[in-house]
Amino acid sequence: MRSYLSPEYVVHRDQERCIRCKVCVNQCTYETHYYDAEDDKVYSKDINCTNCQRCVVFCPTNALTITKNPSAYKENDNWTQEAIVAVKKQAETGGVILTGMGCDKPHFTFWDRLVLNASQVTNPSIDPLREPMEIRTFLGAKPDRLELENREGDAVLLTELAPQLCLETPIMFSALSYGAVSLNVHESLARAATEFGTFFNTGEGGLDSRLYKYGDHTIVQVASGRFGVHPQYLDVGAAIEIKIGQGAKPGIGGHLPGEKVTEDISQTRMIPAGTDALSPAPQHDIYSIEDLRQLIYALKEATNYSKPVSVKIAAVHNSAAIASGMVRAGADIIALDGVRGATGAAPRIIRDNVGIPIEFAIASVDQRLREEGIRNKASIVAAGGIRNSADIVKAIALGADAVYIATAALVAMGCTVCQKCYTGKCPWGIATTDPWISKRINPKIASKRLVNLLQAWSSEIKEMMGGMGINAVESLRGNRLHLRTVGLTEAECRILGVKMAGE
Amino acid sequence: MDSIARMNNRYGDDKDFAGCSIFAMMNLQGKRFSSKDPVRGISSMHERGNGLGGGFALYGLYPEHKDDYAFHVMYLSKEAKKKTDKLLNESFEVIHDEEVPTKEANVSEPPKVWRYFVQPNVKKMSTKTADDYVLEKVMRVNTETGKAFVFSSGKNMGVFKGVGFPEDVAEFFCLEEYEAYMWVCHGRFPTNTPGWWGGAHPFNILDWTVVHNGELSSYGINRRYLEMYGYKCTMQTDTEVLAYAFDLLMRRQKLPINIVSQIVAAPFWEEIDRLEPEQARVLKALRQTYGSLLMNGPFSVVVAHHGEMIGLTDRIKLRPLTAGTRGDFLYLSSEESAMRLVSPTLDKSWNPRGGEPVVGRLKTSKLVEVLVK
Repeated sequence: MRSYLSPEYVVHRDQERCIRCKVCVNQCTYETHYYDAEDDKVYSKDINCTNCQRCVVFCPTNALTITKNPSAYKENDNWTQEAIVAVKKQAETGGVILTGMGCDKPHFTFWDRLVLNASQVTNPSIDPLREPMEIRTFLGAKPDRLELENREGDAVLLTELAPQLCLETPIMFSALSYGAVSLNVHESLARAATEFGTFFNTGEGGLDSRLYKYGDHTIVQVASGRFGVHPQYLDVGAAIEIKIGQGAKPGIGGHLPGEKVTEDISQTRMIPAGTDALSPAPQHDIYSIEDLRQLIYALKEATNYSKPVSVKIAAVHNSAAIASGMVRAGADIIALDGVRGATGAAPRIIRDNVGIPIEFAIASVDQRLREEGIRNKASIVAAGGIRNSADIVKAIALGADAVYIATAALVAMGCTVCQKCYTGKCPWGIATTDPWISKRINPKIASKRLVNLLQAWSSEIKEMMGGMGINAVESLRGNRLHLRTVGLTEAECRILGVKMAGE
Repeated sequence: MDSIARMNNRYGDDKDFAGCSIFAMMNLQGKRFSSKDPVRGISSMHERGNGLGGGFALYGLYPEHKDDYAFHVMYLSKEAKKKTDKLLNESFEVIHDEEVPTKEANVSEPPKVWRYFVQPNVKKMSTKTADDYVLEKVMRVNTETGKAFVFSSGKNMGVFKGVGFPEDVAEFFCLEEYEAYMWVCHGRFPTNTPGWWGGAHPFNILDWTVVHNGELSSYGINRRYLEMYGYKCTMQTDTEVLAYAFDLLMRRQKLPINIVSQIVAAPFWEEIDRLEPEQARVLKALRQTYGSLLMNGPFSVVVAHHGEMIGLTDRIKLRPLTAGTRGDFLYLSSEESAMRLVSPTLDKSWNPRGGEPVVGRLKTSKLVEVLVK
């Protein structure tokens, strides 16, 4: 069948600048560029281009530019280019349209409708370059009160606190499963988390034993496929996370195609090499809240109550009630993943239509747990759509204890959010297990880039806190008076618990 | 409580905020003294206020009624008094009531102020403690009757406050007629609550009073945390959340002041990390558990109840507080000059560090028993 689709991007090559070095030919994993020996020229097949910018960055003479194909269908606000292309694709293949990364539509982003406060006159702002500014964060269940005893003038603590994770910045690396990404990516995340004093999440594909040495800064995930879950795996992590859902694809499990299951991944995931790793949509031992309680306590028993257990859900309509049940079921951390959360592969129709924005989920879960008097029993970690440090400050002010970032971490390593992760051929060496391509991530360099990002964002968080006259992050957490909305309806403001600007 | 919240924060700001002067003076032997020195002290810091609030808390004020709860009530209408009288008579045995004597002074639009000496109605108390019963009834008067406000409800103590400079408020309430062993005085510079007498300091519940200078940047979360424990922050002031925090930690959870000060003005992690492991474990647990009660942003505060007076500032000391002793007297003041005016010679005077409490306790055993612990 002849395809009616035209290239999405056009590659422009300045032939005067091109020195025929073939870097672009070698760098493009989609075979967009090819060298014609007869002409002694390099040409491009536009239809293969994903606009990942790998060739543009690596071209030594800046000979390449990539633009959106100016040839487009007649403008139509309903039948957009994307809508028409989707129908044509499906008519040609009969398949579900896959995509990677998070929702790319503007209408779910509420961070940009929130503005922050700063001190003027009636109290002083604080300069973080001159004075202490504390962002250390602890995740885990906190007691209602402490019992202390006075022994010869010294206060002695009688209350034993539940196990806690100590974060030197309220930012963690979110779940990126081994198999979806390569060992080098996992190692980069693990090294950066260890160096900065925070945590990386293994995702649902287990943890390669070569990375066990970073266990103190690792959250090990237990998902519906139970890939790579065994006693040593649970023991080695600092915390365990039960994955119920993911913001990019609430209600469906992760699918790793057999081509990505190499020998190493087969070892770690405990499945035969080359077989598809299909996580069931639900956890088949959790059909109800009491079942979740059993799994939480099974994991706590298995690890001798030595580490917090997190439960991650996609933010959906009844998140507040679900989260309350999760806390009562024994979860020490509630991880909420909003509709803009990213993925290595998901049906686009699900990614762009299922779930609710993280801003509302944080606000309603935090408020519900407070109304029920159990907010201290669990920490809230927000994920899905955190693009910069201001988003983090806003998430914390709405009620989150910390955030998970994944897309931002990948972007720091090189990702350009071209949304083609599901092909397994990521030219930046990230969403691939191909040994030749994945070498493009050097853990030493990539972890340095990650540490720099954490450093930069932490400094910015401190600057914003100082401006508000706050020198400890616990005074920002849930402090919605430092937020105002711009351009939201009264109902949206009510749900966010935030006043309008000028109010 | 809507009406009180509206009166106290008429523009619906995040909260009511103010700058201020504080002067507190205690005789550690429990010997009562007149208003002369306290009023001189606070009025010397005239420039720190703007005439929109002054007030005094007097401990050891009503020895002849020392076992009765003394209510001071502001009325903004006759109707409110009628309703409140009915409610008080239902819930309490009213031993004595009278209008609080006042005289002409430079104060603005004074309400009618009445005082009642009452005993809880034992039949209606059920299993509650007398304090909790009184607290509940005070909240009820303040929320239900409208235009009536109980601003003082402890035993053998009383709060006098209003709109005016402190020295004018003192004159209005004829404070020269009274004696007390502890005086806590306040002059206020509010930015958004002109004309509401209830908004002046001290803030009182039972025999606890708080005077406060500052603006808490952490107010939003302090308030939401306290709401989880049943407190309704209807006054919408920093002072109120400070008072409730002290009530929760000291009265309900029975934590000593040295621990409480490390919650509301917590040491920095870099200090905690340097301590002995056991000491660090305590401070770490305090911050982990009570992080939402860290009072962030500038404040200096004097918290008082029978037998005890506590001065404390935020952990980086963004508001002034100075302390001094002379003989049996302990002084706490926003400015040293006020102490020196009252007592030119001091045995000791010092500037407490940020987050370091100054605690004055009565030496006589009889009064120590009154301590809430």
